[in-house]
Amino acid sequence: MSVAPPHSSLLGKQSGNVARRKAQNVVMLSLCMLAAGLAILVLGLVLFFLLSKGFSSLHLSLFTRPPDNIDIKKGGMIQSIFGTLVLLGIASCLGLPLGILGGIYQLEAKGKFASTVRFFTDVLNGIPSIVIGIFAYAAIVYPVAQAHPGTGFSAYAGGFALGILMVPTVMRTTEEILRLVPFALREASLGLGATRWRTMWSVVLPAARGGVITGIMLALARIAGETAPLLFTILGSEYFSTHAVLGGHAHVPTLNAPIDALPLRIYNYSQDVNPDRQAQAWAGAVVLISLILVLSIAARFATRGNMQEEK
Amino acid sequence: MMDVTTQKPSSLQDLARSQTSTPTATKILVENVDFYYSAFHALKTINIVIPDRQVTALIGPSGCGKSTFLRTLNRMNDLIDGTKLTGKISLDGEDLYDKRVDVVDLRKRVGMVFQKPNPFPMSIYDNIAYGPRIHGLTNRKKLNEIVERTLRGSALWEEVKDKLKASAFALSGGQQQRLCIARTLAVEPEVILMDEPCSALDPNSTFRIEQLMEDLKKDYTIVIVTHNMQQAARVSQRTGFFLRGEMKEFGDTDQIFTSPKQKDTEDYVSGKFG
Ligand SMILES: Nc1ncnc2c1ncn2[C@@H]1O[C@H](COP(=O)(O)OP(=O)(O)O)[C@@H](O)[C@H]1O
Ligand SMILES: [Mg+2]
Repeated sequence: MSVAPPHSSLLGKQSGNVARRKAQNVVMLSLCMLAAGLAILVLGLVLFFLLSKGFSSLHLSLFTRPPDNIDIKKGGMIQSIFGTLVLLGIASCLGLPLGILGGIYQLEAKGKFASTVRFFTDVLNGIPSIVIGIFAYAAIVYPVAQAHPGTGFSAYAGGFALGILMVPTVMRTTEEILRLVPFALREASLGLGATRWRTMWSVVLPAARGGVITGIMLALARIAGETAPLLFTILGSEYFSTHAVLGGHAHVPTLNAPIDALPLRIYNYSQDVNPDRQAQAWAGAVVLISLILVLSIAARFATRGNMQEEK
Repeated sequence: MMDVTTQKPSSLQDLARSQTSTPTATKILVENVDFYYSAFHALKTINIVIPDRQVTALIGPSGCGKSTFLRTLNRMNDLIDGTKLTGKISLDGEDLYDKRVDVVDLRKRVGMVFQKPNPFPMSIYDNIAYGPRIHGLTNRKKLNEIVERTLRGSALWEEVKDKLKASAFALSGGQQQRLCIARTLAVEPEVILMDEPCSALDPNSTFRIEQLMEDLKKDYTIVIVTHNMQQAARVSQRTGFFLRGEMKEFGDTDQIFTSPKQKDTEDYVSGKFG
């Protein structure tokens, strides 16, 4: 006859072992919370600093006027804000198709070439942005300047450099998000006689839409603050240059010339001896951070829509 | 429909006759098929005659190769790397694995309903219109027609006719599975493969889908995998019993369930293992 092992009562006194494990649990949870709290604290401090320094110079003229060298306080940085938006646009034209198509390729393709591509995009991801800037300088700015003296620095060169910086991020997030789409959905589409491409385009991508958009927004947020590559490609400018088109009937912004961007303007003004300029640098930082915040929040909304759909 | 068996050598006619008590046209003919997942020998020398416009059930314990076999019939296994098939499968006398066969055309003719309902993340309407659209139909009126006809055909129309624009995810599991059947019907296949279509459903939904099969077999050839023997007995005219990658016995459903010739079949249908 077997003897039942003595079992401890659920309500009885805890053994030392259990008490220790519980204490361990409490300590580790507290440490995690502390770390998370610190991260939020740092963000809060940055925002507080920026706002306390920059809020007073945050005038409407900042968004409507170029710099004014005589009455500094009246001037703004419309050319920098415009420049940053144009750069994001040009970078997207290059970075999004390459990144998304590349991500799809990584998901679908197997074999040597695919893993080589994966390795090189990882390497590309690790290349410092200033090196990409030098590359863009050597690949675009310098040859153009050689061919047409007096030109070279341009929005296109800057957008090219930022676009390259986007590719690995967009590629990786696209691939990872698409991988989460259940295989059953693809099977259903292929089972109806759809080709792989059609399946990707009409079923898999739409199913992962929210996640892909999040990846794009985060990549944009990241490059919006890049400064180093811009030093080599757009140079910076205090003017909002335009030129006439349609026989002088309309003026459009000139992209094929040095342009400005928010991070560059912030950097330049922060080095200025004039306190009014320094104040404008703070205000510019507030504008840049707000832009990035808007992109990040848009990313959140994109994901939330997706979650609801999948229920 | 052309009767393929009349063109085949006599041994195949014998095979067809031995598996069929009432002579009907052959839709799919499977001859000496072996199938491998890389080194794993998943199907061993399978021979089956699948009759036109009847329900053929495939039963057998889990892992015996039923799904693998079903997926050889519309080449869904092509999607898996390292698979290999030898032998011959023909649809209306044409070799499915011939190099000239376009899998897109094949899968249009041989549709599939999966174990778990897998509607696309789109509206009910778009789910059904998807198939016709990928095959080039854009005419709105024709699409509307197809949507209504297939939803009626899958006994879902009355429940969803007022919310065709609603997300397919808003439907219950049983409704989703009927939607998936409608989606398959929309490309007008000749054969419908069903891999345990009711295993994720409640008894009521299961009952409705079984009724549906009864209707569908007037127009379609149906091959259904099921691990539910009562279901096989209820819905099918022909039953095949799989065991460890082999097809142990194939014949009229009545005969398989009442007087199986093989000891293994008898043990399985009487519930001795499974
Ligand atoms: N993609 C695959 N790769 C390798 N082996 C597989 C794969 N799919 C199924 N198998 C194996 O093939 C055998 C038959 O599987 P399956 O056809 O799914 O069985 P059933 O549908 O009868 O339960 C099982 O042993 C299973 O492990
Ligand atoms: Mg199975």
